[in-house]
Amino acid sequence: MATPVLRWCCPGRRWVFAGIGGVSRHGRGVPTGSTSSGKRGQSSVAQQPLITAQKPRKGEREWAAVVGLEIHAQIASNSKLFSGSQVDFAAPPNSLVSFFDASLPGTLPVLNRRCVEAAVMTGLALDCHINRRSLFDRKHYFYADLPAGYQITQQRLPIAVNGSLVYSVCVGKRRSQMVTKTAGVKQIQLEQDSGKSLHDSLRSQTLIDLNRAGVGLLEVVLEPDMSCGEEAAAAIRELQLILQALGTSQANMAEGQLRVDANISVHNPGEPLGVRTEVKNLNSARFLAKAIDYEIQRQINELENGGKILNETRSFDYKLGCTVPMRDKEGKQDYRFMPEPNLPPLLLYDSESLPTGTDPQQVINIDQLREQLPELPRVTREKLVQQYGMLPEHSFALLNEVGLLEFFQNVIKETRAEPKKVTSWVLNTFLGFLKQQNLAVSESPVTPSALAELLDLLDRKAISSSAAKQVFQELWRSKGKTPAQIVAEKKLELMQDAEALEQLCRSTLEAHPQVVTDVKKGNPRAINKLIGLVRRATLGRADPTVIKEVLERQLSL
Amino acid sequence: MLGRTLREVSEALKQGLVTPTELCQRCLSLIKKTKILNAYITVSEEVALKQAEESEKRYKKGHSLGDLDGIPVAVKDNFSTAGIETTCASNMLKGYVPPYNATVVQKLLDQGALLMGKTNLDEFAMGSGSTDGIFGPVKNPWSYSKQYREKRKQKSHGESEDSHWLITGGSSGGSAAAVSAFTCFAALGSDTGGSTRNPAAHCGVVGLKPSYGLVSRHGLIPLVNSMDVPGILTRCVDDAAIVLGILAGHDPKDSTTIQDPVKPFTLPSLTDMSKLCIGIPKEYLTPELSSEVQSLWSKAANLFESEGAKVIEVSLPHTSYSIVCYHVLCTSEVASNMARFDGLEYGHRCDTDVSTEAMYAATRREGFNDVVRGRILSGNFFLLKENYENYFVKAQKVRRLIARDFVNVFNSGVDVLLTPTTLSEAVPHTEFIREDNRTRSAQDDLFTQAVNMAGLPAVSVPMALSSQGLPIGLQFIGRAFCDQQLLTVAKWFEKQVQFPVIQLQELMDDCSSIFENEKLASVSLK
Repeated sequence: MATPVLRWCCPGRRWVFAGIGGVSRHGRGVPTGSTSSGKRGQSSVAQQPLITAQKPRKGEREWAAVVGLEIHAQIASNSKLFSGSQVDFAAPPNSLVSFFDASLPGTLPVLNRRCVEAAVMTGLALDCHINRRSLFDRKHYFYADLPAGYQITQQRLPIAVNGSLVYSVCVGKRRSQMVTKTAGVKQIQLEQDSGKSLHDSLRSQTLIDLNRAGVGLLEVVLEPDMSCGEEAAAAIRELQLILQALGTSQANMAEGQLRVDANISVHNPGEPLGVRTEVKNLNSARFLAKAIDYEIQRQINELENGGKILNETRSFDYKLGCTVPMRDKEGKQDYRFMPEPNLPPLLLYDSESLPTGTDPQQVINIDQLREQLPELPRVTREKLVQQYGMLPEHSFALLNEVGLLEFFQNVIKETRAEPKKVTSWVLNTFLGFLKQQNLAVSESPVTPSALAELLDLLDRKAISSSAAKQVFQELWRSKGKTPAQIVAEKKLELMQDAEALEQLCRSTLEAHPQVVTDVKKGNPRAINKLIGLVRRATLGRADPTVIKEVLERQLSL
Repeated sequence: MLGRTLREVSEALKQGLVTPTELCQRCLSLIKKTKILNAYITVSEEVALKQAEESEKRYKKGHSLGDLDGIPVAVKDNFSTAGIETTCASNMLKGYVPPYNATVVQKLLDQGALLMGKTNLDEFAMGSGSTDGIFGPVKNPWSYSKQYREKRKQKSHGESEDSHWLITGGSSGGSAAAVSAFTCFAALGSDTGGSTRNPAAHCGVVGLKPSYGLVSRHGLIPLVNSMDVPGILTRCVDDAAIVLGILAGHDPKDSTTIQDPVKPFTLPSLTDMSKLCIGIPKEYLTPELSSEVQSLWSKAANLFESEGAKVIEVSLPHTSYSIVCYHVLCTSEVASNMARFDGLEYGHRCDTDVSTEAMYAATRREGFNDVVRGRILSGNFFLLKENYENYFVKAQKVRRLIARDFVNVFNSGVDVLLTPTTLSEAVPHTEFIREDNRTRSAQDDLFTQAVNMAGLPAVSVPMALSSQGLPIGLQFIGRAFCDQQLLTVAKWFEKQVQFPVIQLQELMDDCSSIFENEKLASVSLK
């Protein structure tokens, strides 16, 4: 076979999809059942789970999936893109609506400087070319939560173009190896958010909340450089971290601050790209991955069965775990784009082109914003790896949780324990507790100082690691106590008195002659029993390795 | 007193010869007497009297706010006025009371002006007759003037007088009629393709369209955002300059206004005419131009020349393409601007509640007249993906050529262009409605809309009466943001031509109040 086997997801994982019913490739145009594509796709996927890690059999077709993403990120700013209304996710309905937001006749848009800066910073962080001149356009459609009947966006000439988003995915048997990938950033544009429609089916009413109407959005268009749900999810996660590091968006998917639409198509490698579908309403990274993988499989099944892919908009039903066609978007909309006549072209400057004598409040200097860019997640992770000899995946894990890196760094600052030890404690024990109780780092009952002190105790062998776990548990439960206090209260400190330990070992040996005989007979597990007995006698305060040494010496093994 | 200009009455107020309340009451009574003109949609009597009272207090304390304090003004009913119904003469906005003032309205009020009411117009300012609004047509005060009636009597063949009333032109016909009939001293119009200058010419008043970007559009319910400008209608050029001085300047709420500060100004008198160069665009000499207007136009050119100015023929080669491009751009923006009227947040909403879409459709069918719906339809056609390049983009390119024509002419040393404002004098309503709104607009905007395409300042100044006894105005077009220079030339011209005062004795039984000249003898003008 001349065509290389499809690497559908990640290197090392080869996914090949077996055809159903042997429909010939030329039969693709036959419209059998294409009208009920949604349902069919659903059922066939249930019957035919993904076949992984198999070698292609003769006659099987290979499929390549192509995934592009459109991301809408709400800009973190006090006021809306074109009006002075406050932005607040939790405000009562219609309490943050200016005359402009309600599209009262005669009102005009006034561009929010902060939103422009956010767009420029995001563009710079994604290695984009920042257009010195960009334009605003009106995109028309009638919808109840779009009061003006059009959205102001940047269709013709967006503020930033031609960038790239570098992200990493896990590969390998234990999924512990990180591979770096790049997705092109086609463009970043500024645009208005819409309001929200709340459908009250009981009273057959639609209620409109305009609090969100006019909030600034960054639309980031990622080129179709991804090939599976996992890659898309990883790219989105990285973008989220970048936006959060920049402070340009809170990028919380659950609160709708980051919304993702995916464009998906499949084709046979070497052939032109297939017809794509757009999947909307993806409000978590997990669903994003699921929806994309589902849609890829659905399209493959459809084509394998001689069906056709319609260029349509689908939504992801997270309860059913499948994508379904969106009913309300029949036919293609003509948005009748037109330049927004009330906004002059948006001009940006750099230090060289900045006209002299201008009011700094009236102009935006790209170079100045570049200097103010904070450290990006990629750099932070590289530093962690370099500075602490951390595994790359651990650096990812530290950045993945809000506040976790800061917590880690604070512990490091206050403890003498090895960074490796700290990493392990933060990522395993600490994060484990948080996850178990569904808490954010900021809600943790254990402070960085407390953990640092605990690790110090462990480091100077004042307590055993099992005792340390106990102390940690106690710290979690009883706020305000220091590790030292807990160690003292619970008498968890290791026995420092060597003579006393010798004594205890000796008496244990004397009390269990049968076990001693077993040891001498060469039963390897017998010594462990003795160690356990001594530990119990010390109330767990002795280091098992030390006990073993003493016992072995006394038994002259 | 009412027959005087704004500047004169302002002086009289300062000197205590008349009080704001007196002035206000006289205007109110005149508004009632001239009700037949249908110039006002809403008369804000209570508001005006209250404002007059406040103004009077200020005058008593000697704390007058300036030239406009206590001066009755009227505002076209497409400017938002807080607490006062703003209808655009449309069912769509009937009953709509804006919660805010347009910037220009606020500036007038901040100066102590008295808001007499909201004036009539074509629905959403779409028209050139002020005949196509839901409140009925505006009648030209000159229909009832002694000057016109006498001429008519000579030719009269026994038709009833009232059936021959004349249109005001439009779409700011209500504002023009209000100023012409002495019910206020200045009025705001809007000018998108000539809507201020056209009725000004027909009603014998001064109509100024300032440079695009000089005066804020915030609160003006838009027709075409890229061409709309608040217009000023007054009885003389000096008055227009006073009002412009107050309205002009940057508005943070309108991003298309200029950043440079603008100071109020008084117009100098032209002394050295030899430094002035007047351009006569040859393309404006069209076959449709009435011979009377044409002869007045050349008379005006001769006047400038005889007084020492340089008068040259110039060419604006793309003029003939302007009106069709204007139509494409205008309807496209209309289609977009009208999209917000869906019955949800404000304005008319139909009773249909089958679905949101059905509600939109019925609301918009009931809310807009045929003219508005027609423009929305054609605009949406031009904006369709398949048509956008062929219509909208092409029209924009031609728009640039038209603007460049003007720049070239001004760069060649011309200071001001002199053109007709309208093809002829005002016509009777019966004649006007023989053609549909679109045809009429295309004819009537012929000389005016290119200026809006180019964003230039222009002013229509009444020159003389036609053989029928009706006003004819000429248009001066200036360089962008050289509004002051434009008005200076217009003022000189106004002084030379001595346009006659409208004689409305027959319409108003009590005329003493209008032409009360005795008191004025003592007003000293500086």
